[in-house]
Amino acid sequence: MNNISQQYKNLTGRKLSFIILLVTVLFGVALIALSQGASSLGVKDSFAALFQQTGLAHAIVWKLRLPRIVMAIIVGCGLGLAGTVFQAILRNPLASPYTLGIASGAGFGAVMVIVFGGGIYSEYLIAGNAFFFALLSSFLILGIARLKGFTTETMILAGIAIMFLFSSLSSFFQYMGTMEQVHEIVFWFFGSLSKVGWKEISIAAVMILLPCPVLLKWSWDFNLLSAGDESAKALGVNVEKVRMLGIVLASLITAGAICFTGVIGFIGLVSPHITRMIIGGDHRFLLPASALVGAVLVLTADTLGRTLWAPQVIPIGIVTSFIGVPFFLYLLMKKRREYW
Amino acid sequence: MLSINGLDFRYKNISVLKDVGIELHKGEVLSIVGPNGAGKTTLLKCIIGIVKQDKGTILIDGRDASGMKRLNLAKCISYAPQASPSRFPISVFDAVLMGRRPYIVWKPSQKDLEVVADVLRSMDLEDVALRDFDQLSGGQKQKVLLARVFAQETDYLLLDEPTSNLDLRHQMEVMEMISGMVKKKGMAAILAMHDLNLASRFSDTIVMLNAGKIFCTGEPSQVMTVENIRSVYGVEATINESNGHPHIVPVRPVREYRLSDN
Repeated sequence: MNNISQQYKNLTGRKLSFIILLVTVLFGVALIALSQGASSLGVKDSFAALFQQTGLAHAIVWKLRLPRIVMAIIVGCGLGLAGTVFQAILRNPLASPYTLGIASGAGFGAVMVIVFGGGIYSEYLIAGNAFFFALLSSFLILGIARLKGFTTETMILAGIAIMFLFSSLSSFFQYMGTMEQVHEIVFWFFGSLSKVGWKEISIAAVMILLPCPVLLKWSWDFNLLSAGDESAKALGVNVEKVRMLGIVLASLITAGAICFTGVIGFIGLVSPHITRMIIGGDHRFLLPASALVGAVLVLTADTLGRTLWAPQVIPIGIVTSFIGVPFFLYLLMKKRREYW
Repeated sequence: MLSINGLDFRYKNISVLKDVGIELHKGEVLSIVGPNGAGKTTLLKCIIGIVKQDKGTILIDGRDASGMKRLNLAKCISYAPQASPSRFPISVFDAVLMGRRPYIVWKPSQKDLEVVADVLRSMDLEDVALRDFDQLSGGQKQKVLLARVFAQETDYLLLDEPTSNLDLRHQMEVMEMISGMVKKKGMAAILAMHDLNLASRFSDTIVMLNAGKIFCTGEPSQVMTVENIRSVYGVEATINESNGHPHIVPVRPVREYRLSDN
């Protein structure tokens, strides 16, 4: 047996077990989340209610708690994925749906529909419009990068400019809107999982899960992009196509993650970094693991947000930063030697 | 055989390459030398298809390279740019495994892993195989880049200044690995080189570029002459012979030298 390739396989195996560990943790957190809430429904009862057809417990679990949990997982996955993809295709460790202004674009698209109203198809309109504006911002970034070079500074500066543009446009709507609309927009800006139902979940799930197979197939190409455009091209990667379609897919994911839940900051930036610190930069593992890390973070944050100060619910956008920032800073300070 | 004919390349209306023609046979090491901005790197990028020439043809074993898909081209020619740091952590093994990308669909096969392991062993990189690429010294990084190119198992190699930033021992090691691989496996390599002595010592053919044009081509002893070095580099030099290879000793810059004035 070949010694080095065996060692390499062991390393790969450990990365795989990290993913399995994440799934287990996520499942555990989901169970805890299921048993927590305003009504006193314990672990056992809530679990049992999952399989009941009627009754109060069934209603609480299926209508209130489960949608929230599922949405938290989907949104977290989406943000983690989108962040990883943006960082890979722009070869930029500071890239994320937020720092590039793409989330703000998606947010503006959603707010626009919330203010002007979408009638009975409003969910689809919100999602579609969010995607449209997310795409618009991504192409702005990509265009600027094309003209001025793919440097970290150019892209982040352009992203911040776009972020401000769309934020102020959203604020403008807020300023012009009625009391009711303002309330809804403000609520949206804090980020919230309390208004989602199964319909929103299914739309978001499609937007986030649909691109996954392609992205996973491209994980090699993402790895190669980190070696530089020229090496990637010389190794047969269609760099332009991967970058273009990658941006489109990551924008779709961003829009899906954001359009119904609002601003859940920071997850898209830190999930890839946290994961990279632990298992390294191989996108075959980085993509799924960072999606799972995102899901664990969002779900944990949401569960804490609605239990810590119950019956008050702290908006998820606020809690994610409270949990995510210290954790991220801790990992940052702890000197990284190897990633395992 | 790799044959390049009448290659022209313009960048923003400035001519970078003019009517360049090169023939490379298997088992041969060919070095492209010339001052900064002579077009060495651009020529390599044209051959590998990173930039597209305006005129001229590149034939790989008789097939037109411009009609080939990037993935198929990557199975014929490999390319190592000057070592560049990566922004994200990746292990040395993974960095070399990238060379197998043209053959991998979803996951690397046992063969891919073995090719990488063999290359790492033959280049004495076993000990650092699972280390982070970014943590290596410049010399080791250059070797890893070379290992990636070897793992790609192509007939033709293009290497952009494989010895830049290396200490004496690493320079020798890298050049010996290249010429050794070329002779052993019947490959052929084109090297863009700054170090004229290394180029003379390890190459079968030298192409001297000046301002995008081929100034002269031939065996090292034919190309490395006092006159050529004076008119292309603008440097007075003496040339000795050591171990059958020309050895260039630069003396001083020529006074009335003007760039591209020949």
